[in-house]
Amino acid sequence: MKYSIFSLARAALSGHKNWQRTWRDASPKDHYDVVVIGGGGHGLATAWFLASEFGIKNVAVLEKGWIGSGNAGRNTTIIRSNYGLPGNTGFYELSMKLWERMEQDLNYNSMVSQRGVLNLYHSDAQRDAYARRGNTMRINGIDAELLDQAALKKMLPFLNFDHARFPVQGGLLQRRGGTARHDAVVWGYAHAASELGVDIIQNCEVTGFVRDGNGKVTGVETSRGKIGAGKVGMAVAGSSSRVAAMAGLRLPIESHVLQAFVSEAIKPLIPGVMTFGAGHFYVSQSDKGGLVFGGDIDGYNSYAQRGNLPVMEDVCEGGMALIPMIGRVRLLRQWGGIMDMSMDGSPIIDKTPVDGLYLNAGWCYGGFKATPASGFVFAHLLARDESHKEAALFRLDRFQRGAMIDEKGQGAQPNLH
Amino acid sequence: MRIVCPFCGERELSEFSYLGDAKPQRPVANAGEDAVYDYVYLRDNVAGVMAENWYHGGGCRAWLKVTRNTLTHEISAVEPTAGAGAAKVGA
Repeated sequence: MKYSIFSLARAALSGHKNWQRTWRDASPKDHYDVVVIGGGGHGLATAWFLASEFGIKNVAVLEKGWIGSGNAGRNTTIIRSNYGLPGNTGFYELSMKLWERMEQDLNYNSMVSQRGVLNLYHSDAQRDAYARRGNTMRINGIDAELLDQAALKKMLPFLNFDHARFPVQGGLLQRRGGTARHDAVVWGYAHAASELGVDIIQNCEVTGFVRDGNGKVTGVETSRGKIGAGKVGMAVAGSSSRVAAMAGLRLPIESHVLQAFVSEAIKPLIPGVMTFGAGHFYVSQSDKGGLVFGGDIDGYNSYAQRGNLPVMEDVCEGGMALIPMIGRVRLLRQWGGIMDMSMDGSPIIDKTPVDGLYLNAGWCYGGFKATPASGFVFAHLLARDESHKEAALFRLDRFQRGAMIDEKGQGAQPNLH
Repeated sequence: MRIVCPFCGERELSEFSYLGDAKPQRPVANAGEDAVYDYVYLRDNVAGVMAENWYHGGGCRAWLKVTRNTLTHEISAVEPTAGAGAAKVGA
């Protein structure tokens, strides 16, 4: 069905009893042209772009849980394109442009809100680094503004400008950045893909790959039976190593837990997204009023979707250093999600050494903002067997070639990215 | 998660830093590029029980080999890493 003011009015007149399912709850067929493993944002976006842009409509998305049960519903909903290195800068801007037209493309309200993303700086050296980052963005056609303390005092008078150790000196603002409603993003892609004939199959866990005599992947074994496939794409960040191991692959990835937090609802306080530059703390305010915030990953390998207290303490200390008054606000909920931490902090979108198997992985803790572009370039790779130009550097063999994309310059230590 | 350091007793997690899987071994000096690539970049990324290197920087500054389940965070064994830090003194 098509959503509009008229469909809303019609449903309202009948007491909201005639809404159809947002997407078809499909059962697996014997064979698909493309099977996408993983019904998160990236997998669903891949399926939608395959059907809408590349004319491949005989597609299935396999999800071991239900749509929205994994990281799609666990992130802190931030969208931005303020990256500094070749490979990342253009890719994330492609994503931002796709966010800007997503609701029209999908006929679904994903509540994209360009309320601005502000990275604060606390020293002269950090100001210079942010000026450089802003310039990199601007020469690539991305909006960026370097704000001084006077501008910030007007905008955010409650910040701890005179902190003895980390005074707020200014910030780098991307006004086109902001937030989106994360559940609505997966629901929207599921809705639009399903309308084009894509089968979205929930409670269907992949348990192995079907290979022919030459080793080519020709399908998947699942908890709901064998499903044949012309090509198989993996979009299972968090579990990439486990799924790849079924095809005999080892990846340059470790799985780590990242926590996120939400406070009780308060009146409008934080206008956009802001990040503390002297520790790791970032915050925005949801439309319901809760402060949504987070910080570093816990730092040890984990597949448990929960973290430990030291990081919680560190994140809250960062918040208190930046906005002392939030000490009066109570923490409401806290949860964890599993991140594919790659060896250079950047993603991998590439063919694998196994014929017929394609990989979309290594999103670290930045996968949400990448959702539309990740789907688009992965669909491009699956449909045409060649990388999209904005994903041309996200190759699996880049570690072997010494062509890392390491924004933080940390080297091959995944828990430091 | 708390770690029972063999030298200091039970201590909170924030005293320790994490290096990672204890399985990869540094290749010999004249090993080929593939062996170095494997050691530096590729990981089993175990879902289950794994031996790991932790450093007790907020205590005795010993390197420890911790056996831990990555699915549950349950720690089943902690022992000094042979020949490192306080373990060297203790040996």
